[in-house]
Amino acid sequence: MKRLMLGNEAIARGAYEAGVRVATAYPGTPSTEITEFAAKYDEIYAEWSPNEKVALEVAIGASFAGARAMVAMKHVGLNVAADPLFTVSYTGVNAGLVIIVADDPGMHSSQNEQDSRYYARASQVPMLEPADSQEALDFVKLAFELSEEYDTPVLIRLTTRIAHSQSIVTLGERMDIKLKDYKKLPDKNVMMPAMARKRHVEVERRMKALADAANDLWINRIEMGDTSIGIIASGIVYQYAKEALPNASFLKLGMVNPLPRRLIESFASKVRKLYVIEELEPVLEEQIKSWGIPVIGKEIFPVQGELSANMIVEKIAGRAPDVRPAQDLPPRPPVMCPGCPHRGIYYVMKKLRFHATGDIGCYTLGALPPLEAIDTCVCMGASVGMAHGMEKARGRDFSRRLVAVIGDSTFIHSGITGLIDIVYNQGTSTVVILDNYTTGMTGHQDHPGTGRTIKGEAITPLNLVNLIKAIGIEHVRVVDPFDLEEVEKVLKEETQREEPSVVIAQRPCALLSKEMKAPLSIDRDTCRLCGVCLRLGCPAIEKKSDGMHINQALCNGCGLCIKVCKFGAIRRAGE
Amino acid sequence: MDTRSILIVGVGGQGTLLASRILGSLFVDLGYDVKISEVHGMAQRGGSVVTHVRYGTKVFSPLVEPGTADILLAFEKMEALRWIHFLKEQGRAIINSQEIEPMSMIMGAYEYPKDLEDRIRNVCPGAVFFDALAVAKELGNIKVANTVLIGVLARFLNVEPLMWEKAIKTAVPPKTIEVNLKAFHRGYNSELS
Ligand code: SF4
Ligand code: SF4
Repeated sequence: MKRLMLGNEAIARGAYEAGVRVATAYPGTPSTEITEFAAKYDEIYAEWSPNEKVALEVAIGASFAGARAMVAMKHVGLNVAADPLFTVSYTGVNAGLVIIVADDPGMHSSQNEQDSRYYARASQVPMLEPADSQEALDFVKLAFELSEEYDTPVLIRLTTRIAHSQSIVTLGERMDIKLKDYKKLPDKNVMMPAMARKRHVEVERRMKALADAANDLWINRIEMGDTSIGIIASGIVYQYAKEALPNASFLKLGMVNPLPRRLIESFASKVRKLYVIEELEPVLEEQIKSWGIPVIGKEIFPVQGELSANMIVEKIAGRAPDVRPAQDLPPRPPVMCPGCPHRGIYYVMKKLRFHATGDIGCYTLGALPPLEAIDTCVCMGASVGMAHGMEKARGRDFSRRLVAVIGDSTFIHSGITGLIDIVYNQGTSTVVILDNYTTGMTGHQDHPGTGRTIKGEAITPLNLVNLIKAIGIEHVRVVDPFDLEEVEKVLKEETQREEPSVVIAQRPCALLSKEMKAPLSIDRDTCRLCGVCLRLGCPAIEKKSDGMHINQALCNGCGLCIKVCKFGAIRRAGE
Repeated sequence: MDTRSILIVGVGGQGTLLASRILGSLFVDLGYDVKISEVHGMAQRGGSVVTHVRYGTKVFSPLVEPGTADILLAFEKMEALRWIHFLKEQGRAIINSQEIEPMSMIMGAYEYPKDLEDRIRNVCPGAVFFDALAVAKELGNIKVANTVLIGVLARFLNVEPLMWEKAIKTAVPPKTIEVNLKAFHRGYNSELS
């Protein structure tokens, strides 16, 4: 059967067909849908883990125990999971273990554009890179075979344009893969120095064998065309290059680590001018050049952002495509939704002129005007440790006007350890947890605090208040972020304390509820054009030449603006 | 057949993904190779969003490049102008007349351009403007504005309405099939300016 499938769905389908029994992940764009789709198969146990490190560890446990296991994450998630990655490279696997990592060149939804291929090289783990959804499905199945044959975890690298593109796939049946026996194997599975030293020798042997096999692996293939131009490419870049120069000769690499040296040498000898085209870092190029093969790469292609067919035509064929200039228009960056619960607390923070360390989630958007409520965004969980660091650098007085802001899912991911640090090292920071009952930015996934698993089963939700108290924080307050007076009072009181405190702002994400309340409108006669409502940064409130106006197609009826208008000009229909 | 390209643009949250899924389902039924590139994550929160749809005998890149789109389907007027240079010389633009102000305008740093239609027609004289939101409101569900626009688009592709109906039935949530089919026909049979 043929179907149009998102790359991420095809990965999940590949896992299903490969007989995977355990699939884990922490949500992160552009990888999130992989595990959402995997969870739809009854044959696969799937979970949202609290973070990527735990997700990988669960998958390693499953693999050791004899079940094929897959774990998925975005590129920065692999930083969190890097610790187990480097050592599971030594232990190898029992049943197959495949790690999907989704890079985000161009940073559509990320804080950096690191290139995960370096992780494959650094951890000595083979890495495959599919170029469409069919390959995504096929490569997952191949990855499990390689994993078991070479006793290694296997990485599969996606980029946004593979993960989030749909193309046609042919579906297969689920393979009947039995649970493998579980044996206690201390020499292989207990990585103490004496054992690890021996395993490192194995790792080198395995990578050599794989590099050799890569020369004949079907996913590395030569497509001879016009021999004046030869192009080495993998993943989405192969598609751009085929689009740009369909008649050129190609070496399409399906495996990007280790590289098939003989195949590359043979291809190089057949073409007059050799190019290696890759997004982000010159990972392939540096290796190929180190073998003395003349190849053109980053001399003409950028290391930042995404490439494109137009760019490839221009750089290689020297033909600039005939394109009209882009129009000069004000940009449209993302904003927090109408009705977003974060808007209330940010409005108060801005009013109090607080500094705030921020974190990763929808609430990062609060850094933009008009709210400009947070000062920093580095990585998951960073807000908590950074607030503590600021206090230690500038003293307790500075901390009286500073809060750390973090989401519920992010706090569970990696904010908890920062909070323990504050208690242990006698900090006095105030941490504000924006609890919107979901993982918002990635498209509303459950987490330990929501009371539901990825499969929709009801569980007892993690009790944040009890957890925080157990850490040793005495002052934990729960507020409704739309109760502006209460928020102001609580924030003032808690930041004044010479002890650490946590404020949990609880209100569900505006997109969780399907029913919208009636939109509000502004009474032109009562409105004095003071502009206070505009400071909320709600995308539904517009300033037109004839006065303030609420866009009826956008307003979600949350009522926050009623509270900030001093003249009672904003009303609900019928009131 | 050479690859053809449709670019769907709008503001995050407007439902551009559903429109591309209807097109995807249609082109698969018609036996084409199809690739669709979507935007998820941050831009979906009210940012400028774009979905690329390409179909033909064999499609390589899922992305529509500037100067290569056969059709631009815009859910918002300013977004139409932002992406208009993606159209081919003879490309067609179908534009929902809805206006959504970005935050920079709400803050008063800019005004929503009043001459958008002229600027668009300057580049693309045959541009079609259509108030899909008004039709959707009449049908009692503003979310079906995207299917109304698909109906308008369908007038320019030589495909049987029955095939469109099948694609819509596959792509939309089962409960909304009826209102979406109505929306499609309203767009398909409308008078165009
Ligand atoms: S998705 Fe939810 S949390 Fe994110 S901006 Fe929208 S309302 Fe706020
Ligand atoms: S206009 Fe007012 S009621 Fe409507 S979403 Fe914005 S803040 Fe809420």
